[in-house]
Amino acid sequence: MTSPNRLDATVRPGRIDRTRRLRFTFDGTELHGHPGDTLASALLAEGRTEVTTSVHRGRPRGIVAADRTEPNALVQLHGDCPEPMLPATRVELRDGLVAESLSGIGWVGDRPDTAVHDKKYVHADVVIVGAGPSGLAAALSAGRSGARVFLVDEQAELGGRLLDGHERIDGAAATDWIARAVRELAEIPEVRVLTRATAVGCYDHDYLLVAEHRTDHLDTVGPHQSQQRLWHVRARRVVLATGAHERPVVFEDNDRPGIMLAAAVRSYLNRHAVLPGRDAVVFTTSDSAYSTALDLLAVGASVPALVDTRPQPPAHLVDQVEAAGGRVHPGSTVISTKGHDRVRGARVTELDEQGCLSGIPYEVDCDLLAVCGGWSPVVHLFGQAGGSLRWDRTAAGFVPESSGTHLPRVIGSARATHDLAGSLAQGLAAGAEAATACGFRIAAPRVPPTSGDRPNSRPRPLWLVPGMTKPPEQWDRHFVDLQRDATVADVWRAIGAGMRSVEHVERYTTISTGQDRGKTSGVNAIGVIADALMVDSPGEVGTTTFRPPYAPVRFALMAGRERGHLHEPVRTTSMHSWHEAAGAEFENVGQWKRPRYYPRPGEDMDAAVQRECRAARTGVAMQDVSTLGRIEIVGSDAPEFLDRVCTSGFAELAVGRARYGMMCGADGMVLDDGVSMRLAADRYLMSTTTGGAAGVLEWLEEWLRTEWSELDVYCTSVTEQWAAVAVVGPRSRDVVARLAPDLDVSSAGFGFMEFRETELYNGIPARISRISFSGELAFEINVARWYGLATWEAVAAAGADHGITPYGAETMHVLRAEKGFVVVGQDTDGTVTPLDLGMDRLVSRHKDFIGKRSFARQDTARTDRKQLVGLLPLERERLLPEGVHLVEPDVPLRPPVPMLGHVTSSYRSAALDRTFALALIRDGRRRIGDVLHAPFEGSSTAVEVTRPVFYDEEGARRDGVEHG
Amino acid sequence: MTVLNTVEPATGLASLRRSPLADRAAEFAASSADGLRGVRLSEEAFLTQVNLRVPPESPALLAGLERELGLALPHRPNSVVGDERDAVLWLGPDEWLVIAPEGRADRVVSRARTAMADSVGSSVDVSADRTTVRLAGPVSRDVLEKVCSLDLHPRAFGAGQCARTLVGRVRVALWQVGAEPAYRLLVHCSFAGYLADLLLDAMAEFTHA
Repeated sequence: MTSPNRLDATVRPGRIDRTRRLRFTFDGTELHGHPGDTLASALLAEGRTEVTTSVHRGRPRGIVAADRTEPNALVQLHGDCPEPMLPATRVELRDGLVAESLSGIGWVGDRPDTAVHDKKYVHADVVIVGAGPSGLAAALSAGRSGARVFLVDEQAELGGRLLDGHERIDGAAATDWIARAVRELAEIPEVRVLTRATAVGCYDHDYLLVAEHRTDHLDTVGPHQSQQRLWHVRARRVVLATGAHERPVVFEDNDRPGIMLAAAVRSYLNRHAVLPGRDAVVFTTSDSAYSTALDLLAVGASVPALVDTRPQPPAHLVDQVEAAGGRVHPGSTVISTKGHDRVRGARVTELDEQGCLSGIPYEVDCDLLAVCGGWSPVVHLFGQAGGSLRWDRTAAGFVPESSGTHLPRVIGSARATHDLAGSLAQGLAAGAEAATACGFRIAAPRVPPTSGDRPNSRPRPLWLVPGMTKPPEQWDRHFVDLQRDATVADVWRAIGAGMRSVEHVERYTTISTGQDRGKTSGVNAIGVIADALMVDSPGEVGTTTFRPPYAPVRFALMAGRERGHLHEPVRTTSMHSWHEAAGAEFENVGQWKRPRYYPRPGEDMDAAVQRECRAARTGVAMQDVSTLGRIEIVGSDAPEFLDRVCTSGFAELAVGRARYGMMCGADGMVLDDGVSMRLAADRYLMSTTTGGAAGVLEWLEEWLRTEWSELDVYCTSVTEQWAAVAVVGPRSRDVVARLAPDLDVSSAGFGFMEFRETELYNGIPARISRISFSGELAFEINVARWYGLATWEAVAAAGADHGITPYGAETMHVLRAEKGFVVVGQDTDGTVTPLDLGMDRLVSRHKDFIGKRSFARQDTARTDRKQLVGLLPLERERLLPEGVHLVEPDVPLRPPVPMLGHVTSSYRSAALDRTFALALIRDGRRRIGDVLHAPFEGSSTAVEVTRPVFYDEEGARRDGVEHG
Repeated sequence: MTVLNTVEPATGLASLRRSPLADRAAEFAASSADGLRGVRLSEEAFLTQVNLRVPPESPALLAGLERELGLALPHRPNSVVGDERDAVLWLGPDEWLVIAPEGRADRVVSRARTAMADSVGSSVDVSADRTTVRLAGPVSRDVLEKVCSLDLHPRAFGAGQCARTLVGRVRVALWQVGAEPAYRLLVHCSFAGYLADLLLDAMAEFTHA
């Protein structure tokens, strides 16, 4: 029952828990592994070399890597929340896991994802990305300083590559040193360590995004436990210890299952106790793969050939391998492979000094080809942060340019320092330096002695092993990007089409556009391009731009908890519960929920609105107008300020009185409107539209702070200090008289556009104004917001015997449109002046105000602009859709049809017993009396142009009638 | 207590008031947890809040205000002078918020206006404009860190400090009132329901563990 490729514990214990056996299903077959396995290591243990077929060519493919660079083994996870395209190397094995192989994209579930994703915002002095030897060392030295340290690593365990090898630190196994470091870090209160956490973005000013997997490895997850968390990290210093990715080499048939990265083979051997093949050819351009060869030999595998591009590899390494039974082929290269569903042999030949093939090729049988084409420092985050790279010939990789202080500090393999002693030294120094820079002075600790270190002699890079026969344009089995199935032939085609830049070539060939974003193919592609362009080095080609995210991130993680009811705030007034209980239908006005109408059983919107309108015109009705914006404007210069921002005069307004005002932008176009009250000589209360409140306050503040800082004026938002009820209709006076017994509500005692401070019968202090947005006698009762519900209920009770009718925004719209009162943002759209609206009366000629000068512009001054008019469809029941365009009656309806303007508001009126509309029509005032056509829904409706007032044009209803 | 009683509105009138989160008190209590990993949510309704705008370059005016109010105005940005009962929050270079027990707004406003008579400045009662949400307990900072991007670490933000910031998508004045830690979040009333939903959601991992 043991897995065929699992090594005996006496040979390699591995970092797996053999006492527990995990069952999992892959492509319908039940297989087994252990805690500590990844899906990839368990598949390899079970002898699954081929795991998929390639996306375009359908070629068999196997596991290549042991980390997130894996290009082939993408899997689909099943379960409650199926997840596509995960590298098997990044899936921790758990009992009951069900996965299937993928060729190309996978699928998402048809049910909503119930997994919790959330966010966390943290600040740290020193953030260290990567917990290999250099990152751990940096965390230790920074942590000891007392600085706030944040260490993130994407693996389940800290230690990075030390977990794959046999290095010794301070006289003990490296794993002991790691364990000590982990314990020490855990005991420092200001150090936070995240595992299974990938830094996916590194931005300006040391801001990072870290995606943490929190529950994937757990058997059970609580309902409120987040599966993934996106950490927003603001740092003062960033240290990148992100390591290096091993590169494959491009040669013919380099994609067969069983061709793996050399360090991955070593990782599977030592970490997972898995031997992926018995007879291994090792192909390398540098020293590191010798460790793989030695480990393979140590566990009993054969290494019939260690093919090294270098003519003179370090002698001690050659000796070690040959002493262990392997054979080194210096100055040679693998040129192709044989086999089908797995590699069966490698063809090897010699390389001359220029790197050309020479000698007589020979074949070596193998079932595993471990390749190391060199190491690419993981500079993605450094590049994202704006760091520039240079080609390092010695290291054969792109490395960070030495950076200024504003860029992250890069250490260890990520800056091509591959030896352990150097990595530890850089880490200890960088951690101490970063902490010191944050004000936590500390000296770098002593570098512990190491042994079993990775050798670090000069590599002989090789991007592309030439084919034996055909020209490069036809090397279509030399794979550059395994995931995209892109070959050398594709690169040559791109270059033949005139591409030179690596970014163009990659877009043309799709190289590096896969799920792995080219982690194994990117630098090789640059090398192949450099060869094709015959330039000296990859450095002359340059890299692509590094953009976040470094690794794929779920959209659900970006959304976090801001979904469903937490997606957007819903603002409600203090009377909302009453409206809900009354069965109101609501509409959204910005973030506000406003009652639109209150249908009675059996009523549709039309019927409800007609009933509500009749109540307001003939009896009494009430509306919640709490959502209007309110700004208290205070200061000795407040009168002057209002005069400057409003088109009409406010300085002369008497205390205790109110006035309608309009605001324009500097372009003279209507910005907002509302009624302002003068509370005292130096104190006004301005009201704004519901949607415009925040914008108006910003507008006022901008003028006060940038242009008129000499004015003694302060603006304070008091929108929610107040709750307000409009009491509207000929019977409203009776209702208000009952509500406010101390108030003289007669038209003589309480004039239009006046307000009074009083107490309601129940003791609630109130400010009552006589303003009207309907043309009817109307009062607005303002109370402190916390009295809102009680006041609404009091108004309802006081008006009950008059049949007081609650009405919503839809009725309010009909009533105001009947009177030709505009709604800013509905009847205006940023291109409309007060004069276009016929509001000349509200535009002062005696003072300056924002926008006034724009009225003299030729375009604003012309008399045939689009102007507000009324429209009466000749068919009395025909309702024009808002937004419909108007044309001359005789114009042929063939595009382009000359448009005259459009309908801005259109309603059915109970008072008029017909439909009507407001519209903005070119030269509209001169067209009054004309008939125009509104083509819509396949026919044309004739409408008469009228003045934009349909009801009580003389304003006789404003003061109502006196009762008793 | 006697002081409180004199300023408390008549019981009849007080019974007519309703705070934005009044009907959620039981839910808050049920969703709170005590203990080492505890966090509690509650509403502190009807606190007196008066917004002061004073040009900071008039020391005489500021001194007069402090005398009249019997409270010092904090001059260090984002700091609070006073305690949970009577306090002044620094909200901006020329802006402060006076906090007092409920029912004091008229008195505070009139005293401020007395101090500012003939001078520039403004004092506005905003007591009903915002309600106060209290988040307290050992993990309350952990909860806030899920929805607020400010640095709330004790080295950066502690008791007696305040900030205007975003919590989720809502603007609040955040005031740390205690080292436990305990926070007050002053939020515009119409956003209080959303803020409560957001905080309850962020608390769930601790309170429903």
